[in-house]
Amino acid sequence: MTRDEIKQALVDELGRIAPEADANSLESGADIREELDIDSFDFLNLIIALHERFKVDIPERDYPRLFTFGGAIDYIAAASGAANG
Amino acid sequence: MPSLGADMEDGTLVEWLKAPGDRIRRGEVIAVVETQKGAIEVDVFEDGVVERLLVETGTTVPVGAPLALIRSAEGAKPAPPPPAAPPLAAKPVIQPPTHPSPAITVARPSPGARLPASPAARRLAAERGVALASLRGSGPGGAIVYRDVEHAVAEQPTPPRRGFDFPEMRRAIAAAMTRSKREIPHYYLGTTVDVSHALEWLEAQNAVRPPPQRLLFVALLLKAVAHALGKMPEFNGYYTDKGFQPSEDVNLGVAIALRGGGLIAPAIHAAHALTIDELMARLRDLIGRARTGQLRSSELSTATITVTSLGDRGVETVFGAIYPPQVALVGFGTPSERPWVVDGQIVPRRLLMATLAADHRASDGHGGGLFLAEIAKRLQEPEAL
Repeated sequence: MTRDEIKQALVDELGRIAPEADANSLESGADIREELDIDSFDFLNLIIALHERFKVDIPERDYPRLFTFGGAIDYIAAASGAANG
Repeated sequence: MPSLGADMEDGTLVEWLKAPGDRIRRGEVIAVVETQKGAIEVDVFEDGVVERLLVETGTTVPVGAPLALIRSAEGAKPAPPPPAAPPLAAKPVIQPPTHPSPAITVARPSPGARLPASPAARRLAAERGVALASLRGSGPGGAIVYRDVEHAVAEQPTPPRRGFDFPEMRRAIAAAMTRSKREIPHYYLGTTVDVSHALEWLEAQNAVRPPPQRLLFVALLLKAVAHALGKMPEFNGYYTDKGFQPSEDVNLGVAIALRGGGLIAPAIHAAHALTIDELMARLRDLIGRARTGQLRSSELSTATITVTSLGDRGVETVFGAIYPPQVALVGFGTPSERPWVVDGQIVPRRLLMATLAADHRASDGHGGGLFLAEIAKRLQEPEAL
């Protein structure tokens, strides 16, 4: 799983939650909750989607690491990399 | 046409999902109507068989107008109205018409008989939302065959995209809230609740659950309100011409903010009888459908109290406006860590501001205070929720 693939998957999932926004234009350090007006329900849905797509468990205490766009990509890359071997 | 809000006057039938002769069960969706709150699925309150569709797609009819005639499972008597329906012109879809509607072409079935149609035609019609009664059959004996339905499908206007008409929704909110502030003598109470233990309990639960089974804090809040109402029935029901009418069931209206503006408060039925996991599952389903414009009529017409929770990125305190004809709205702000005194020591605790807006015609501040205190007490024992 490359970073580009992870990024594209994240953009897809964010697009499902916030169809009117362009997740592609998000800056790496941007807080996706602020930028896309994502509430705790949307955020849980994002976590569930990433969990199902990448087969990674994302403990609740790690949620803050996924608050930024770049942070989420780093997290999934590290977690799925670890899972793959 | 069910009433989906205090100020709804009419609705437009956009899609029939059942045809005459179809068996339907309680809770099944029979039609889609376009209202100020977007496209709403109309579900039925009783088992039965669709006898006739009385309104053609694209027609706008007033609230209370019969949409279809449904023969109930026990016989040809009209089904009773839903038990908790608000008094404002909410009538069941299943009401028989006072006089037959001349506008529909019905293929003269003997009473109770199915329309003559081939199984394939019936299936396609059901899939594509074509009312068999609106078709002229070209098969043997006037039976409707597959190609009749195919033609009808081809001629069908594309059904409007499900979603919200935001200017319309703004008008609906304006009307309901103007009525609320004009007619309801509100009083307001608030109290700070230490939710540290509840949040710790929730975090411990979620730590051992995979993401799809995780709980949101709002589920605990809703459960605490539903439990507390068991002791405080004067906050659960409707205020009508006859005064306050308490409701047996706790149908919790959940205020859901919509992307792009506006909000909607569909109900979780009989929330007092649900476990926390069931309530969470219902909440996820409800929020998901609310945000994609796929709510059902029963969910929009039956809330007996509303809860609004600002979630984790809001402000501390919310002062609500009651949704008529309900008599109370419970508000929860965003929990935040603050200094708090416990056993004579100043310690950091996570605090939540719980508020109540209530109708002074139905209750008094003393009862309101007891109600908020009961909610706070339930939140101290999350394992019992």
